[in-house]
Amino acid sequence: MLRSQGLTPLATDLDPSRVAPRCAGTVTRALRPFLHGRRGILACLCMASVVLLAPDAAVGGTETHPEADRSLRAPATWQLPSVPQVMRVLSLRDYNTRVVVVGTMLLGAGAGIIGTFLLLRKRALMADALSHAALPGIALAFIVLEAAGLSGKSRFGLLSGALVFGAAGVGAVLMIRRWTRVKEDAALAIVLSVFFGLGVALLGVIQRMATGNAAGLEAFIYGKTASMLFSDAVWIGAVAGVVMVVCGMFFKEFTLLCFDQDFAGTQGRSGLLLDTLMLGLAVLITVIGLQAVGLILIVALLVIPPAAARFWTHRLPVMAVIAAGFGALSGLLGASVSALAPRLPAGAIIILVAALLFGVSLLFAPARGFLSTAWQRFRLERKVGQQHVLRALFESGEPLVQQAQGKPGAAAAAGPVPFAALLAQRSWSPATLRRLLAAARRAGLTRRDGDDAYHLTDAGLAAARRAVRNHRLWELYLLTHAEVATSHVDHNADALEDVLDPTLVAQLEETLAAQHPHLAAATGPAGEGPAVAAAVPPSPHRLPGQGAQDVPAGRAGNVSGRR
Amino acid sequence: MIDTHAATDVTSTDTPAVSRGGLPLDRVPLAVHDLTVAYYRKPVLWDVDFEAPEGKLIAIVGPNGAGKSTLIKAALDLVPRTSGRVLFYGKPYRRQRQLIGYVPQRESVDWDFPVTALDVVVMGRYGQVGWCRPVGRQHREAARAALEHVGMGDFAGRQISQLSGGQQQRVFLARALAQDARLYFMDEPFAGVDAATEKAIVRILHELRSGGRTVIAVHHDLQTVPEYFDHVLLVNLRVVAAGPTASTFTSENLQKTFGGRLTLLDQAAHALASRR
Amino acid sequence: MTWYPLDTGIVLVGALSAVACALLGNFLVLKRISMMGDALSHAVLPGLAIAFLLTGSRGSLTMFIGAAVAGVLTAAISQWVSELGQVEESASLGVVFTALFALGLILIVRGADAVDLDPGCVLYGSLELVPLESWNVAGFPLPRAAAPLAVACVLNLGFLLLFYKELKVSTFDPALAKTLGIPARLLHYVLMTLIAVTTVAAFESVGSILVIAMLIVPPATAHLLTDRLPVMLLLSVVLAMAAAVLGHVAAITVPTWFGYADTSTAGMMAVVAGLLFGLAVLAAPRYGLARRVAQQFAVTLRIAREDALGLLYRIEETQAGVSAAAVPRLLREALGGSSLLNHWALRSLRRAGHITRADAEYRLTDAGRATARTLIRAHRLWESYLTKHLALRPDQVHAPAHRIEHFTTGAMREALAGDVEPATQDPHGRSIPDEPSAGEASAVQ
Repeated sequence: MLRSQGLTPLATDLDPSRVAPRCAGTVTRALRPFLHGRRGILACLCMASVVLLAPDAAVGGTETHPEADRSLRAPATWQLPSVPQVMRVLSLRDYNTRVVVVGTMLLGAGAGIIGTFLLLRKRALMADALSHAALPGIALAFIVLEAAGLSGKSRFGLLSGALVFGAAGVGAVLMIRRWTRVKEDAALAIVLSVFFGLGVALLGVIQRMATGNAAGLEAFIYGKTASMLFSDAVWIGAVAGVVMVVCGMFFKEFTLLCFDQDFAGTQGRSGLLLDTLMLGLAVLITVIGLQAVGLILIVALLVIPPAAARFWTHRLPVMAVIAAGFGALSGLLGASVSALAPRLPAGAIIILVAALLFGVSLLFAPARGFLSTAWQRFRLERKVGQQHVLRALFESGEPLVQQAQGKPGAAAAAGPVPFAALLAQRSWSPATLRRLLAAARRAGLTRRDGDDAYHLTDAGLAAARRAVRNHRLWELYLLTHAEVATSHVDHNADALEDVLDPTLVAQLEETLAAQHPHLAAATGPAGEGPAVAAAVPPSPHRLPGQGAQDVPAGRAGNVSGRR
Repeated sequence: MIDTHAATDVTSTDTPAVSRGGLPLDRVPLAVHDLTVAYYRKPVLWDVDFEAPEGKLIAIVGPNGAGKSTLIKAALDLVPRTSGRVLFYGKPYRRQRQLIGYVPQRESVDWDFPVTALDVVVMGRYGQVGWCRPVGRQHREAARAALEHVGMGDFAGRQISQLSGGQQQRVFLARALAQDARLYFMDEPFAGVDAATEKAIVRILHELRSGGRTVIAVHHDLQTVPEYFDHVLLVNLRVVAAGPTASTFTSENLQKTFGGRLTLLDQAAHALASRR
Repeated sequence: MTWYPLDTGIVLVGALSAVACALLGNFLVLKRISMMGDALSHAVLPGLAIAFLLTGSRGSLTMFIGAAVAGVLTAAISQWVSELGQVEESASLGVVFTALFALGLILIVRGADAVDLDPGCVLYGSLELVPLESWNVAGFPLPRAAAPLAVACVLNLGFLLLFYKELKVSTFDPALAKTLGIPARLLHYVLMTLIAVTTVAAFESVGSILVIAMLIVPPATAHLLTDRLPVMLLLSVVLAMAAAVLGHVAAITVPTWFGYADTSTAGMMAVVAGLLFGLAVLAAPRYGLARRVAQQFAVTLRIAREDALGLLYRIEETQAGVSAAAVPRLLREALGGSSLLNHWALRSLRRAGHITRADAEYRLTDAGRATARTLIRAHRLWESYLTKHLALRPDQVHAPAHRIEHFTTGAMREALAGDVEPATQDPHGRSIPDEPSAGEASAVQ
């Protein structure tokens, strides 16, 4: 039964000499893999995937600029491009390369901007759903056009179909989410796959149509990046221009919409209108990109550059510009590389360039990149560890140090603290404590006595005093300014002065001094800087004999506060 | 590079046999030492030291963003700790899992999930059932008993989204009861519940206490702290005070914890006055 | 429509792949990561390519291992990206799967060049060609493609049955799962692996995009129809099978209505699944739109009926005869509401025997009067209550009382009456009617 032999060979390969016989492939040829069983899933996968992204000259081939042929007729084996070839590509001397580079750059820029808003609205995958949803529109437009006796390949007709169904897909997602208990993710997947299924079914009809020359239709849908036509680039330019202008005009409103998810709801019609406008722009650029570069590439251009831009900045306008830049850069680099290696699908290369930019941003961006945050974290933990050691050493000998303050050899007054005593101060493991002590010794802050005991050097004493002072002032701040505390507390800041208002710091110190006059009298040695010169305030809650309000009452019971 | 576990790894050699309060550690349901949790640069909890007494109802009280829920989650290894050590009856969490029950905040799950109230309670027994085994009848009965115990026996077959907020909270509580743990953590068990549920929860808390169980609950309503809880832990990034409610839940400590939030303090003062 | 034995084979393979997908899809839907299905079905490509490049074999096992590795990597990488980079999860998924797909494409074009590739189609599937290669089992041609799918079905079903409770708890409440010592993350990755493998097994028949349809649409439909997990699992399987059978029937019949030939079965399976979903959205017993609309309409109609009764009661009180023709106008003026609704309300009241229309006038029957009296009583009690406790002026209390009167139960009326005692008049000076006696009340029923 061969009523369903509809595997029309799709023009997929770049080498026309290889494409031609396939295009003319007979039913037997198409069936061979399955009849012989030699070719399994991979064969299917490979070809269909190539179809999805591969540059394709089939549609409107007559329009292709003559020079395009040269880049298409590449050697079958991979060779490093020669220097003149590279120069030729980079200088955009090739008409075809120029068109492709400009077209993909414009598309990347436009998609980057609107993608930024989609990403911040948490709708990154909406592009995926709506690009798939456009397929039945294209197929239906083709059928209707053919039935009306017109050419099924009218760009305007097909794009209108895609636009209508793309918008319908977005509408369906929003409606499913609004009216049912189906969650957003499932709504996206349902619309994506059901619409696409309808498209496949319609394509099946087309492939079996007597009149239909559907061979190019898939290519129209899946893109033909490397053989983009001038007219494609013009269309892309126009749409990208519209996107940029509208986004520019409504930048504040869009920003507000992204910032406050409920804004659309509370603002009633204007919010809904803005939301629709934003999604409309996304549909527009998706449809135009679908036709020019293919489904997966347009999804990638809408998702990856904005996600990469997110690492570089905390500000939305900057993010939009960076996303547009990344999109354009991916287009430029990707299209150039693919011009040098025309055997490779251009769309895939552009995606990989974008992904590379994403990876670099993820790792190296200073604002939110992984290395930067990891480095900060590492430094933070090292510093916290060091402060713990210094505080432990300082507090072990605190009374002595306080007395000896300002006198020569004050540091030695604390006397060596045995390792075991330090270990008992906190919940650190012996290994951790040894590591921290070694690090402090390298930094010249501690000295080791022969007897596995440690004491502070002069520099260490100064640092320890600073750390203890800050720590105690922070504690006091938490006690006295609890209502605003948690949003301001950064106990790792070098000094409170970096974070808090200096007058407030002075006030805190006064408070401490007032509570504990006998301790506040001491002053640090001159020349150690203002932070150290200030007295080390006593701990607001730990010292004995300061009255019940300072010592957690729980000490009496089993529940104990800080030591 | 990020050394989060070095400090938490406990070997038998460096575990003190007694707590800071002088009790044998295996008698202390929860001992937290030097617990620091930071999300990126922001400290959420800061050098928290705390030992929970056995067989008491303990409230964790503090302003919004003070790290109350984080304290529970960090103790249960649900969020990574920057430093510090947490011991349950003298051993780290992963070795004492079966002794500990957890009642998360109500918003933390999808209530549209296709399960009945009884199914949710049965989940509390999964830890005792073992891999690849069906849930036996005794577990099902234990779950039903727990559900009846919180007054929800008639709702066993209801899908959970059709329960009211208070009823959902009671289902969660029944699940914890079904777990039959020695130490319970509850994250805001009284949040948004009706009066009947509140009464039921209090009754169950008291029953747990008389059964020798320990309950540590994040609590929001200052007025009811003295009434419902024996011990209180005042938290604002760090432990401000901890101890028996009568001596610790003072307006001075509250002032320290909540700062100048006068409305809250007034409420608490009112509550205190009415208690004494 | 003529049914050939080959059609049975097509439906069999379609149903097997649909069932294999739907079983696992339930957990994607419940975990709210449905788009992971989309991502996995794209991202297995580089796995397949690398497996082929490494081994030079296109055997099923190699392909499955490649797909499984790629599936786990996709899930893991998108998780890392989202955690390390603080990227929103769906966005990181989008980045990862498009990039992996592109990588797969390039690998295939570059490396698999030596392979003599023929056009096939993953995206559409080639369900129609499946029966061409069959084994003869007991006189029945069994498509060869059914074998791996049957294995996938059994594997998935076994996984679900063995780890049912672990899957349930780690999907519902991952934090609880963790505190119970159930490795939720491990289970998650096993699930991802199985989905990747199932995807590859189903590619050939239903195509990659339609795998997503079978993964997500039947479970989402089932979730609209039931509140029990086992029932949901079962329903999703039934729906998947229905989609396969009806999809094939639709594929060979629907296009002929328009004068075209048949079309792709896989595509129509997705469309039928979508239609079933749409049907469930409209007509699901508890969560359907139809029911919700009907409920809303019932409440609206009840309020309109009660308003009409209340109006007639007040007219009776004032002893002013009002012609039947004027009642709808008065209703509209006094209470708003569309005239159509009021018309319906009056008609249904007449049918229920609460009012009669005689001498061109609407009159309350005894039953109607009793109902009206409880309503007016509630209204005036509320007015008194609001005036007493909220210190509202009499002209401020009518509107709130008018809204709340429709939702006031007998117990509430009693409590209100006890509260405003000994008032017998509302703030406007009108008397508060007594509660209808038992006899009257039974007449209401």
